[in-house]
Amino acid sequence: MTVAVNTEETGKKIAEAIPGSVVSSEAGSLTVDSKSLAQVSEFLKNTPGLEFDYLTVLTAVDYLHYFEVVYRLVSLKNNQSLILKTRVYGRENPTVPSVTDTWRAAYYQEREIFDLLGIKFEGHPNLKRLLLWEGFNGHPLRRDYL
Amino acid sequence: MPIKTEQFYLNVGPQHPSTHGVFRLRLSLDGEVVTDVEPIIGYLHRGIEKLAESRTYTQIIPLTDRLDYLASMTDNVAYCLAVEKLAGIKIPERAEYIRVIFSELMRISSHMMAVGFYLNDCGAFFTPVLYMWREREKIIDLFDMVCGQRLLYNYMRVGGVSQDVPDEFLPAIKKFVAEMPRYIGEYNQLIKQNEIFLARSKGVGILPKETAVNIGASGPVLRASGVKWDIRKMDPYSIYDRFDFEVPTGEAGDCYDRYWVRIQEMTQSLRIIEQAINQIPAKGPICSEVPQFFRPPPGETYGYIEAPKGNLGFYIVSDGSIAPYRLHIYPPTLINITALKDMMIGWKVADLIIIFGSMDVVLGEIDR
Repeated sequence: MTVAVNTEETGKKIAEAIPGSVVSSEAGSLTVDSKSLAQVSEFLKNTPGLEFDYLTVLTAVDYLHYFEVVYRLVSLKNNQSLILKTRVYGRENPTVPSVTDTWRAAYYQEREIFDLLGIKFEGHPNLKRLLLWEGFNGHPLRRDYL
Repeated sequence: MPIKTEQFYLNVGPQHPSTHGVFRLRLSLDGEVVTDVEPIIGYLHRGIEKLAESRTYTQIIPLTDRLDYLASMTDNVAYCLAVEKLAGIKIPERAEYIRVIFSELMRISSHMMAVGFYLNDCGAFFTPVLYMWREREKIIDLFDMVCGQRLLYNYMRVGGVSQDVPDEFLPAIKKFVAEMPRYIGEYNQLIKQNEIFLARSKGVGILPKETAVNIGASGPVLRASGVKWDIRKMDPYSIYDRFDFEVPTGEAGDCYDRYWVRIQEMTQSLRIIEQAINQIPAKGPICSEVPQFFRPPPGETYGYIEAPKGNLGFYIVSDGSIAPYRLHIYPPTLINITALKDMMIGWKVADLIIIFGSMDVVLGEIDR
């Protein structure tokens, strides 16, 4: 069975290594500050005992007053999983650091989120619309898109 | 005097027989050698995720059929599992077995299409596809028997399946399971030792283990690269922990391994079906009582299965109403094609067709 790691313990570990990065670590998911996301992702990938080398789903949800970007990480070696989240406020120009340097699995998924929800991923090598055409107006998966 | 060369751009697709749908590859060529690849997708985008936000949980099931239309049964299963996880619905024993039997039949059928069309791309024009279709037809007849559909089944329901299998189904599937190993032997006889096939696929389009994990590849593509990762084994959902089967893996991660892993998986799927037929309860309910408009508690869930093409997942956020607040589909083939660039650069255009064929791509799933 793929066991979900204890988010509180993992949160403590991350908070020790990267102070000020963990926002909350309630049961089930770990929310980090979007500014430290690149550091946290490197930490999760390279720390012995965590070794989250496999990124599966990467998506975002529009909660109207903020966007939540969700990452599901799996460690193939330890057969563990972790749901990592980050929140980004503002509807004009929401920006999150890209994790493509850590996991290339994010390449298309970040482009898709940029396309459909309009969240920019800083440091993405080729941030263009993926499913819709260039010049399409708006981001359809936002809740206020009609 | 050296010959002056310059880079040449070539579009493969979107209307091209070897792209398995409407898929476009923008190639940069140096002579005949590929120097850069840019996949351009979205020609089949129907906005299923947006459509789902205005439909009830049951109404979304037919939309999931239209993702991977060569394996719609497993798409149904993945979606229903996710909703059941979200709403905390238990499903009856008999329905679990019916789901497993159909998922594995779907896997065999999907792999047959993959192998058949892969050989088509290798230059064995349509004969292998027709060999595969002969047996795929029998699987489709079995599906037709239970739900009256041959391509888009819409058979699974939240809480079970839509109707019980007819009386003639079990004898028919027993006959199929008994016959099938002989046909797989026939495919191996025809294909496996073929010199042209070996020359064109061995060592072509290698996907190293580290890259496969890093790009998040799944399914036969990941296993052909030597990573023993099958969700049915590593994180058993439904009742997969009751069956005895093996997870075939490749070594080199080349096109040949991807073909061979698929063929071996067919045999393993037959083993699972055989065990499921022996264990299935003779009678019993096939769907637990779920109201037509049910409201899962607010929250979120991620349900995932091992679909024929890889790890297929549904991320659902509920706000307590009859329709999901957000539904995200995690498509395995979109993630697998992240590696196209690594695999194709340095090969010739003719090899590129083979590499793309070996990935088993279905555009309905990539574009959603």
